[in-house]
Amino acid sequence: MIEAIDLTKDYGEKRAVDGLSFTVKPGVVTGFLGPNGSGKSTTMRLILGLDAPTRGDVSVNGRHYREHAAPLHEVGALLEARSVHTGRSAHNHLLALAQTHGIPKSRVSELIDLVGLHEVARKRTGQFSLGMGQRLGIAQALLGDPKTVMLDEPGNGLDPEGIHWVRNLLKGLAAEGRTVFVSSHLMSEMALTADHLIVIGRGKLIADTSVDDFVARASQKVVVVRSPDLERLRGELSRPNVTFAEAERGALEVHGLTAEQIGEAAASAGITLHELTPQQASLEEAFMNLTRDEIEFGAEVEEAVA
Amino acid sequence: MSAITPHVRVPRLAEAGRVRFDRVLLSEWTKLRSVRSTKWSLGAAFVLTIAFPVIFAFATRSHWGSMSPGERADRHPLDIALAGVNVAQLAVAVLGVLLISAEYSTGSIRSTFTAVPKRLPVLWAKLLDFAVVSFVLVVPAVLASFFLSQTILHSIPQLHISFTQPGVARAVIGGAVYVMLVGIFALAIGAIVRNTAGGIAAFAAIFFVLPPLMFTLPTSWNNAISQYLPSNAGRQLFALQHASHTLSTWTGGLVFVGYCAAAIVIAAVLLVRRDV
Repeated sequence: MIEAIDLTKDYGEKRAVDGLSFTVKPGVVTGFLGPNGSGKSTTMRLILGLDAPTRGDVSVNGRHYREHAAPLHEVGALLEARSVHTGRSAHNHLLALAQTHGIPKSRVSELIDLVGLHEVARKRTGQFSLGMGQRLGIAQALLGDPKTVMLDEPGNGLDPEGIHWVRNLLKGLAAEGRTVFVSSHLMSEMALTADHLIVIGRGKLIADTSVDDFVARASQKVVVVRSPDLERLRGELSRPNVTFAEAERGALEVHGLTAEQIGEAAASAGITLHELTPQQASLEEAFMNLTRDEIEFGAEVEEAVA
Repeated sequence: MSAITPHVRVPRLAEAGRVRFDRVLLSEWTKLRSVRSTKWSLGAAFVLTIAFPVIFAFATRSHWGSMSPGERADRHPLDIALAGVNVAQLAVAVLGVLLISAEYSTGSIRSTFTAVPKRLPVLWAKLLDFAVVSFVLVVPAVLASFFLSQTILHSIPQLHISFTQPGVARAVIGGAVYVMLVGIFALAIGAIVRNTAGGIAAFAAIFFVLPPLMFTLPTSWNNAISQYLPSNAGRQLFALQHASHTLSTWTGGLVFVGYCAAAIVIAAVLLVRRDV
């Protein structure tokens, strides 16, 4: 369980996280979505107490992360980018972390095997590929058998098989009753993994909802109709807030009405329909629609000028 | 990683342990021994501590016949025995800075503080582990350099000095204490600066740039101020003779310990307050 209340973080003039309030519940996979630079990683650092919030508060399993006597048993985290000394082997990196909690060496080997790093466990992590680094990060997150698992962009650098594996891992962890909080900037990845979504843009909460509701809310009502008498149908459907667009092969795209409304209108006017297809916006489209305004064009322009 | 497995089963952990200081100490020890820079730096410190006095002693012995009385009077057997300390301190200081700055440059500090979010035990453990390791390593090195240089200087009675002579054992062990304190000071600097190049530069400025800079001051000022510089105060720990404008062994040592303590306090306050 993660509870954030009015969580806010400023870096100098820039507000990275802006009044976020949300709860991440156990037993389900909660996706943390937002475009790059929207404050996901900052929020995760605030949860772990690595950064102190400017305002507001966040607790994990009922306490500030820092107050836990055995933090690695409470939260296992995979952080953005690298958080491993490049000169140390994967085995020694995990061992040093395990030792702070008195976790036995056998546990380190167990997790190295689980993530498939057995053959490179004694190599310096500076030689690791991005994918191997991610696997090590996942092993690190699971080291303390934590009640809450928090992964920042776990899919980065993984091959499709690895991504599939992580997806199953997360679902399995949630099924065991753990809290699973996983960030991504890719909606498609979340669609297959998450049950619940917390969406942010420019540090602000945009949506806190189930995946299904998110799509329903974000997708506009679009229905494709085909009829031998399209012109008359168009007249019947014409009302404020309804727009039309030409679709391919002589079909008509109706915006602003449900399939039911169109079907009933056609029936009462005696118009034959050859097709009546509700178009569901993909999750990706829904995500783009919601976050379009939140992507920081300002920053990109500044970079381009500089 | 089978693609068929519907759920990946994570093996459960039988026992949940708490973070304790002895565990953090062990963890930091694992980190210390598992990077190459430790072996290189400490190896260099050990070798330099012994090699310099040996070279210095051989050079003195071979030139002794052609030296003027003034030159001979300038040679002191303890200076020869501890000639390596001034060089070894640099290797130990670099490692001291690196032990913490490398955590920031590689990002491993985030892992470290996720495991020990109260943070301060990490600093104490790093300091304690490093102090013990460097002391345990440098003590045999200074002892070896003392007895080796004395063996080499065997043919020159003027340069004989006994380990049991007043102040000699203190100075020799004082050399090891000094190197250990330099390491502590450098680690604290590294924790304050959080950057390898910056940390080493800060250390070099304090130890190698500041002292000669003092000679630009009027002599009376220089004599009054210089003795309180960290390097000059700390140096009294392994000096046998003390001039009127240098501190005594214990005062000098205490002043240097005071600098270390101040650096540690600043490092600790910043460590808890700053974002990582």
